[in-house]
Amino acid sequence: MTEELPEVTTTPKTPLDAPTGTPTVIVDDLHIVYRVYAKATDHEKGNAVNALMRLLRRQGRPQMTEVHAVKGVSFVAYHGDAIGIVGRNGSGKSTLMRAIAGLLPPHQGAVYTDGQPSLLGVNAALMRDLTGERNIILGCLAMGMSPAEVRKKYDEIVDFSGIDEFVKLPMSTYSSGMGARLRFAISSAKTHDVLLIDEALATGDREFRKKSQERIKQIRESAGTVFLVSHDHKVIEETCNRVIWLHKGKIKMDGDPAEVMAAYHKG
Amino acid sequence: MSQPESAFADAQAGGRSGESLAKLAQRYGLRRAIARPRFHVYLRQLWERRHFITTYATSRNVSKYSNSALGQLWQVLTPLLNAGIYFVMFGVILQGGKGIPNYPVFLLVGMFVFTYTQRSVTAGAKSINGNLSMIRALHFPRAALPLAYTIQELQQLVISMGVLLAIIVWFEPPTLLWLLIPVVLFMQTMFNIGASLVMARVGASMRDMNQLLPFIMRTWLYASGVFFSIQDKVAGVLPQWVANVMYANPAASYMEAMREILMADYRVQRHSGPDWIWYSCAAWAVFALIFGFWYFWRAEERYGRG
Repeated sequence: MTEELPEVTTTPKTPLDAPTGTPTVIVDDLHIVYRVYAKATDHEKGNAVNALMRLLRRQGRPQMTEVHAVKGVSFVAYHGDAIGIVGRNGSGKSTLMRAIAGLLPPHQGAVYTDGQPSLLGVNAALMRDLTGERNIILGCLAMGMSPAEVRKKYDEIVDFSGIDEFVKLPMSTYSSGMGARLRFAISSAKTHDVLLIDEALATGDREFRKKSQERIKQIRESAGTVFLVSHDHKVIEETCNRVIWLHKGKIKMDGDPAEVMAAYHKG
Repeated sequence: MSQPESAFADAQAGGRSGESLAKLAQRYGLRRAIARPRFHVYLRQLWERRHFITTYATSRNVSKYSNSALGQLWQVLTPLLNAGIYFVMFGVILQGGKGIPNYPVFLLVGMFVFTYTQRSVTAGAKSINGNLSMIRALHFPRAALPLAYTIQELQQLVISMGVLLAIIVWFEPPTLLWLLIPVVLFMQTMFNIGASLVMARVGASMRDMNQLLPFIMRTWLYASGVFFSIQDKVAGVLPQWVANVMYANPAASYMEAMREILMADYRVQRHSGPDWIWYSCAAWAVFALIFGFWYFWRAEERYGRG
């Protein structure tokens, strides 16, 4: 506690509603590199000899390319922060979120967190051919709930999603709005320490959008720190106390929402 | 009170001196988001996810045939059709069953037992790459995926075994030895879990594995004596040790153990072959399970990267 710390020259504003000032997420010179495989040609796919030779030589496909999605991002997030992340498509927002959640290993650098950050999203665990009923159970278990917790939350999820008797039918029969509502209802049923909300959450009709924004607000109040990716600058300015602008994998600006958003819209 | 501001300064300086951020994290007790848990912690986390694993396996089984008209009946029909084809091919046309009493039972047991291992291994190899979106969105010990896939195959096998026993009763009267069936299946399941964990890691890093696997599996099928007696066909032509090596391969061991339990005449006849089949079964089960978990866990933080 008493150790000497580097002198602060340009003192940035301390996050407003961060009474404790305890860091919850530290991103330290983070680099994320994806390996992307081009689609195999028919010729390649069927040739077992080629496959064998590549295995023996421990080579990847020749068309394999690397995508450097996040290039040296560093910041500290504090307890009570609600941080908006903005940037163009492909600027590395979603990749950064996944790295904070500990779902993508860093190529270089590190992410340090207090507790387990979780991404608000359960879509990948659900199965279209199964009934809503089964999907609610599956989704909740996939998020790490116990069967007892699932039973407790089940009715609440059905109520919130508003799909009523459709819960007995396969999800493939749902309209896209109904599917989105059920997915949101499931994924927001759990409480989190550090919560990462990716865009495309505000789906469904107007009534449901209002409902889901209220739910996000609730989650934000109970969660220690919230990250929110959105293109809707109204949502960002309303809910966030700090905005990080990502551009081509690097932080272009980090600070007060009004300032950053103004700059973002200018350039 | 200046701590937060200093911390923030650390953040700003992070680009230049990464060390200060790491120190800051240490001071506040923050941990690396993707650090691999210790092995025993990992196994405990996996145990906590057991409900997810079994539910996921059941869900996959239900959704697999939900679009076909005959539905879940395919779980029984598929192995039966396979056994029928092999019976006509090797029993009737090639006369492979010469000298084996109750050849249909011999063949059916071989097919069902081999298919269980084959499908577990093949499914395991796809379990990571087939679920990348889930791995990139949710937290869970990744071994849950190959485990769920193996349990899915186990659920199918239990159905197939019921059908198999119903057929076998026509040829072989049940004996008390049948009580050992679950023991063999248990050992085979241990082996399958281990093998599918190994293949999951291999398949995750070598994408060409899925193209190559059918060939490996076919070779394994022919080398395991699914439709011929290794002792008769191999030991008669080649030295006994070649036959012994073939018997020691896990698939052949589980098949032979199951045949010994189910077929009274075969039990007597097989006395000329090795008498250590059951030791081989147990050794493979323990070795594969322990090595499989360890090998898979070693790369835990790298899954989902490629």
